[in-house]
Amino acid sequence: MKQKKSIGTVFKNGIFAENPTFRLVLGMCPTLAVSTAVFQGLGMGLATTFVLVFSNFVIALLRNIIPDKVRIPAFIVVIATFVTIVDLMLKAFIPSLSESLGIFIPLIVVNCIIFARAESFASKNSVLLSITDGLGMGLGFTLGISLLSACRELLGNGTLLGIQVMPESFQPMAIALRPPGGFIMLGILLIIINAAGKAIAKRKVMKAKEAEL
Amino acid sequence: MTSLILIIISGVLVNNLVMSQFLGICPFLGISKKTETAFGMGMAVTFVMVLASVITYLIRAYLLLPFNLEYMQTIAFILVIAVLVQTVEIVLKKVSRSLYQALGVYLPLITTNCAVLGVAISNTTAVEGGYNLIQSAVNGLAGALGFTLALVAFAAIREKLAMNDLPKWMDGFPGALIAAGLMAVAFQGFAGLI
Repeated sequence: MKQKKSIGTVFKNGIFAENPTFRLVLGMCPTLAVSTAVFQGLGMGLATTFVLVFSNFVIALLRNIIPDKVRIPAFIVVIATFVTIVDLMLKAFIPSLSESLGIFIPLIVVNCIIFARAESFASKNSVLLSITDGLGMGLGFTLGISLLSACRELLGNGTLLGIQVMPESFQPMAIALRPPGGFIMLGILLIIINAAGKAIAKRKVMKAKEAEL
Repeated sequence: MTSLILIIISGVLVNNLVMSQFLGICPFLGISKKTETAFGMGMAVTFVMVLASVITYLIRAYLLLPFNLEYMQTIAFILVIAVLVQTVEIVLKKVSRSLYQALGVYLPLITTNCAVLGVAISNTTAVEGGYNLIQSAVNGLAGALGFTLALVAFAAIREKLAMNDLPKWMDGFPGALIAAGLMAVAFQGFAGLI
């Protein structure tokens, strides 16, 4: 590899520059489906992070052993193994979360982020970098899904993590918790984040110009 | 018989995979720029989903349950679906050239379509002890038809949207998501049907 990637940039890349939710727009099914309460969103994000870190770790270890032709089934088996571990652990230790996430726990297997990172990063980079990438991407995903669930829970219920935040007179908007609310809220968040990204890029260009002068 | 009709209505309209269960959002957002390709994708998903429902039912009933291997369900199902998609692709290539040309390009994408695995898993949890063979197949068919309906309708909306002068900040995903949200409002109207 020509360009040496440092651990710091790989880690930050997942959270900011290539945030899975807001930049890559990957893994939308769980993002939209479980983001009705912050607790659920956070749980989903952390479960995904766990799978992402360990699947990246194992795939990076095996990257020179797995033949190219059967790499996709091989990746799937590795990912499915860790998803099963998460599924069983949640059932045993946090049954309430396991129940509210329901079908979306086994569906982490087909979350495109995990597969995309295995294919495009872990199968080409060293073990340490792959773990870092898994952690960064996982936390980026957790951040995205938690932000969306915070907005939805606040507007739809007036609470955050189950604690009343809005004043008594606030009339909860039920639609924020229904499926349409999920789509629209994510659309609005994307608009805001795109605008912020553009503003930051503009400022950077201005600064670079000033530095030149 | 009535239970089958209920499964169909519920799968296509009331519990539409995309609009109310959030399954298969990736192809829904990714392959919905043209109605033609959306329809091709829908048909490919229908084909695979019915087959997958039947085969995962058989695997569960005759392999996982007798040997107490239910905890292997996720791994078994996803492998079966991956193999199934590959097989369908190879068989179609040999048997029907025209069908392969119509559906072939979409087949590799279906392995990671969460709707297929989602339906296979929900077949086992929908009622106590899971659907039987016929109910599973019908549920797969209904889910896939609902997916196709949502995908084609959304593609038609996006084709119209592309002609319009959207503000720049709405271009791409944000606009598509908000349009999908408005469409989901319409699907909410079916909620009282059953």
